[in-house]
Parts: sequence; C-alpha cells; structure tokens
Amino acid sequence: MSQPLLEVEHLRVEIPTRRGVLTALDDVSFAIAPGEVLGVVGESGAGKSLTGAAVIGLLEPPARVAGGRIGFAGRRIDDLADPAMRRLRGKEIGAIFQDPLTSLDPLYTIGSQLAETIRVHLGLGRAGARRRALELLNEVGIPAPERRIDQYPHQFSGGMRQRVVIALALAANPRLVIADEPTTALDVSIQAQIIALLRRLTREHGTAVMLVTHDMGVIAETADRVAVMYAGRIVEIGAVRDVVLRPQHPYTAGLMGAIPVLGARRERLLQIDGAMPRLGAIPGGCAFHPRCAHAFDRCRSERPELLPAGPSAAACWLHAEADHG
Amino acid sequence: MIAFILRRLVQSVAVMLTVGCIAFLLFRYVGDPVNNMVGQDTSLADRALLRQQLGLTDPAALQFARFLGRAAKGDFGVSYQYARPVGEIIAERLPATLELSIVAALLALAVGVPMGVYTGLHRTGLLSRLVMAFSLIGVSLPTFLIGILLIVVFSVELGWLPSFGRGAVVALGWWTTGLLTASGLKSLILPAITLALFQMTLIMRLVRAEMLEVLRTDYIKFARARGLPNRLVNFGHALKNALVPVITITGLQLGAIIAFAIITETVFQWPGMGFLIVQAIGFADIPVMAAYLMLVAFFFVAINLIVDLLYYAVDPRLRIERGGGAYGL
Ligand SMILES: Nc1ncnc2c1ncn2[C@@H]1O[C@H](COP(=O)(O)OP(=O)(O)OP(=O)(O)O)[C@@H](O)[C@H]1O
Ligand code: SF4
Ligand SMILES: [Mg+2]
Repeated sequence: MSQPLLEVEHLRVEIPTRRGVLTALDDVSFAIAPGEVLGVVGESGAGKSLTGAAVIGLLEPPARVAGGRIGFAGRRIDDLADPAMRRLRGKEIGAIFQDPLTSLDPLYTIGSQLAETIRVHLGLGRAGARRRALELLNEVGIPAPERRIDQYPHQFSGGMRQRVVIALALAANPRLVIADEPTTALDVSIQAQIIALLRRLTREHGTAVMLVTHDMGVIAETADRVAVMYAGRIVEIGAVRDVVLRPQHPYTAGLMGAIPVLGARRERLLQIDGAMPRLGAIPGGCAFHPRCAHAFDRCRSERPELLPAGPSAAACWLHAEADHG
Repeated sequence: MIAFILRRLVQSVAVMLTVGCIAFLLFRYVGDPVNNMVGQDTSLADRALLRQQLGLTDPAALQFARFLGRAAKGDFGVSYQYARPVGEIIAERLPATLELSIVAALLALAVGVPMGVYTGLHRTGLLSRLVMAFSLIGVSLPTFLIGILLIVVFSVELGWLPSFGRGAVVALGWWTTGLLTASGLKSLILPAITLALFQMTLIMRLVRAEMLEVLRTDYIKFARARGLPNRLVNFGHALKNALVPVITITGLQLGAIIAFAIITETVFQWPGMGFLIVQAIGFADIPVMAAYLMLVAFFFVAINLIVDLLYYAVDPRLRIERGGGAYGL
C-alpha cells in the first residue's frame, strides 16, 4: 500500500457515564490509502459510527478520544484545536450521514446550503458559488438543477436529498469521505443508484472512502478492503475478496454465512446465535467467546491482538495457535 | 398564500364573534342596564318605556347584531361608574397599557432570546447555571411580589425611581406617550421590568430548550461536518430553527402580557386599562368590562394572525407548492 491518507492507530474512545467510564472503541487501528474504499461492517453498536465521528473530530460529548493517534495526509489530527479541525472538515474530509431526510436544514434552499459550503471552503463569490452549486447538482444527477437549486429540502424525495447530501459532502473535493450507512434510510430501489453514484464520483475524483454499511453486497461491489468490527474493536481486516471468500475470524465467517442480495435487511442475515454485548458488559478475553463455536480456554482469559492471519489480519487465537504450533 | 390568509381571517372573525357573544350576554343579562341608568324613584312605567326605547324588548338576535354593530364602531355604551362613553375612557387608557406592554415585550425578547441562546450553547458553564437558577426565581415568584420587591428596593430604599403613576406624558393627537419625557421613562422602568420578568424567563427557557433540541439534530451535525464556522452553525442554522416554535409561544405571551398588565398596573397604579378594569369590576361596571373583554380578545386574535403570517414567512414547509416538481422522482 502506498503512503496512507488516513492512519488510525490504537484509537481508544471512552464515554464517561454516571456508572463509570465505558470504553466504546479499543485499540482500533487501520489505514486508508488515497483513492481507496474501505468498507466497515459489524453488528449494530459495534462502534462503526463512533470510529467515523472520531476521524472527523465530531464525537459527541461526553464521548472522547482517550488514546491512540489519528493521522491524515501525514499529520496528526486527533489533537487539533477546533478551528484547525474545522478547516479540515468538509474541505479535506467530507461526511455523509445515514438519513438524508434529516441531514439538510429545512429552512434553507439546497442552493444556499451548497453555496455557503462552497464559499467557506473555496472562497468563491456569490455568483461563482452558485455556478459551482449548479455544476455539483448536475454531477450528482439532479434533473433540472436550475429550477431545483432554489427549492427547499422538503420538496425533494429521499433519494434526491441524498444526492444533494453527496453534492454537499463532495463540494470542496475532499480527499476522504466518510459515508456512514448512506443508503440505509432509503428505498431499496434507490439504494443501488446512490451507491453507484457515490462509487462513480469518488472514483472520478480519486476520493478515498470509509464506507460504513450493513450490506455485504455493497461491500463486495464497492470496497477495496473491509474492516469487520465487533464490540468496539476491529476483529478482521483485509482485501474484500479475501475477507468475503476466506474469512479468518469466526465472527466474520458468521457474517459471511449468507451474502445477501443488494438491499436485503441485515438483521435477518446474521447467522450467529446470541447478541453482541453491551458496552458495559464486554466479556474478558476475546469479546466474541460466548458466541464462538471454536472458543477454548485461552479465549476466555486473554484478549487476542489483530495479527496477520492468512491473507488478512484477524484478532483470533486460532491463528496465533496455528502460527506458533 | 391568499387562501391561507383568508382562512386565518375567517377564523379570527369567528373567534371575535364568540367573544362578542359572551360580552353581549354579560352586558345584557348580568345586572339590568335600565336599573343602572335610572334613579331609585323612577316609576315602573317609565322604566318600561326606557326599556322599549333602548331596544331591550327586541329579539335577542337583533339586540346582539346591534351590539356588534356598535362595538365595531368602538361604541360600548356608557360607563356606570364614570357616566361617560366607554370608548372614550378606554381610548384614554389604551396608550398607557400598550406602551407598558410593548416595552415589556421588547425587554423580554431582547434579554430572553440571547440568554436562551447563551445557556443553550454553553450548557455546563458557570454563567449558564447562574442564569438558569435566576430564571427559576423569575418563573416562580408571583408578579405582584416582584413589583413590590422592586418598589421597596429602588423607590423606598434607594429612591432612584418612582413607585407609581406614569410620569409626565406628551399628547400626540389622541395618543398620550410617556416615552418622550424623562419622568415618563423613569416611571416606566420598574413596571416594565416587573411585567417582563416572567415572560423573559419563559422565553429564555423556551429558546434554551429549543436550541438544545436543534443542536442534536442531524442537519446541525451535518453542517459541522461540512466545515461551516461555529457562528454560522449556531446562529444561521441552529438559532433560526429554534426560533420557529418560539415565534408561536412568544406571540401568545405577548397577548398574555397585555392581559397580565392588570396586576402590574394595579401594583404601580399605572393609569392603563388593567387598572381601569380592576376598578370596573369593583363597581360592577359591566359596559367597561364587556369592552375590555372584546379589546383583549381583539389583541389576542390580531397577534395570532401576525404570528401565523410570520411562521408562514419563516418556515418554507408551510408554503404549499403549486406547479409540478414537488416530491418528484
Ligand atoms: N453518547 C453516547 N453515550 C453512550 N453510549 C454511546 C454514545 N454514543 C455511542 N454509544 C455506544 O457506543 C457503541 C458504538 O456505537 P456506534 O454508534 O458507533 O455503533 P454502530 O456500529 O455505528 O452501530 P449502528 O450499526 O447501529 O449504527 C454503542 O453501544 C452505542 O450505544
Ligand atoms: S479468539 Fe477464540 S473466541 Fe475469539 S473468535 Fe477466536 S476462537 Fe473464537
Ligand atoms: Mg452507526
């Protein structure tokens, strides 16, 4: 892999609560190369969104980065002061959230929301910003942009709104986009279109993407590499083909049990008995051991590190045993 | 747009008719108008004649129509207490109440909105906590007590401000204003603060709650993710959205201020309508009470109408689209 664009090392995110400090992310390490698409999968609550929020510096208090390092384009960004981080957001790192219906301010036209974003980052004048906004709307496939630009979000359908959100996220041509379940809230029939649009645009502009999704079909079609998260950790990471076809971690194997058709609801395809532990009740040793068919003594007492396992990397004692024995 | 205004106007008229009906019933059937107009020694025959002349023997519907017709022209009959036309008396008192109410409303808004925004943005700051604690006092202390406390401190102890009356006024046509003289302005301070305090704390708490709500929304998170400066996120996006529901409540509060003025005017012997109505109730001066009722209702309805229009202007979701394109694709 070339010099990575984003480098997350041993990231630890804590959430102080009345009943003690919860560790929501622990020892999360991964990298994204320029132009690369990293898929992030895992059950609800695994920490996918928190990882994305930590990267763009928008963790909601009381959640906070308690350890590790986030590097972007060769410089450390997790300790940046707010104004410096703000200049990075939108300009260098864009974000797309799950629900397009609520991502846009209902009181402003989409044109004015595009224009303000463009003006903040590109320093264009009023007319220039509007011209750029029209270009963007055209690029994301909004029909009749000259008319639509002066309309309000409620006048757009969900799919069209997500196109506007994508236009906003890409307005300043960022080098990395964090797309947190960009299609979950949409109609199944629209999901594929939006993913295709996102894929086309980021490819054209060489934008790297951190794509959080529950949809293994989308991962298989879109991502270069995939990270599998479980209970606040990455349990497996590797090239999509390897992880999908030859999962190394028993949890990944469970997830891959059935690759769904595009758009199928993911709750139904989990083939693993039991549920992911709540944050306060993550078991010692391998967090997955209560649900793992292969668990043995070591799994209950020692936490496995993310180590090379076959073509990928996995955090599972089965591989360490194989290596050493 | 026009349909919307028309619909609101029709509703307003309906409300006014209902209140007019209540005022009419009060006017006509509580106490006997004839008894109140004639002396003890008037004979029964004379009373019956007078009754006829006043139209009091006509069908109720006809009397109601006549009452409304006169009311629309500002004619509410003659005050029992002052033996003068009610319209005249009210016109004398109206400027004092309106000036007090408007100044109090502006004060409540000018202080309440920024404090609400501040405490919403700096939820855990020391100043926010102090302001919140202070606002509890504002909502829980009764108005008359606040007024009396202010009088004790600033009039009796310190002697800085007058404790009663309106000071010197200047007449501008039929309108009298205390805003143009030093004594008028000084006299206005304590009553305006007293009247504003409750609404101020209410507005502050409302703005704060709305700000907190809005700051949690996805579009604010997304605005931050787009890299917009804090100022633009907090004031351009968050505050504007927070103010949409605030407009309604604040509008209703403005109406309430006019109604609440009764207590403040009584405490400060402010020569406005509130003071007048308290006296009218003491004297069972029904025409004055009926007129006051209709006037206050009129203010409420008018403010409501303005609030609706404002709401409509601020929130694009209410503007119904015509022509294709909406919800397309
Ligand atoms: N502010 C917070 N306070 C307490 N717990 C939180 C907070 N934010 C997140 N969490 C917890 O952190 C864990 C990880 O949350 P996160 O949103 O990253 O999950 P996710 O993998 O994105 O799940 P989903 O697929 O449902 O979006 C969850 O257990 C969640 O309940
Ligand atoms: S470490 Fe043990 S419990 Fe955890 S996944 Fe591997 S085999 Fe299963
Ligand atoms: Mg999530």
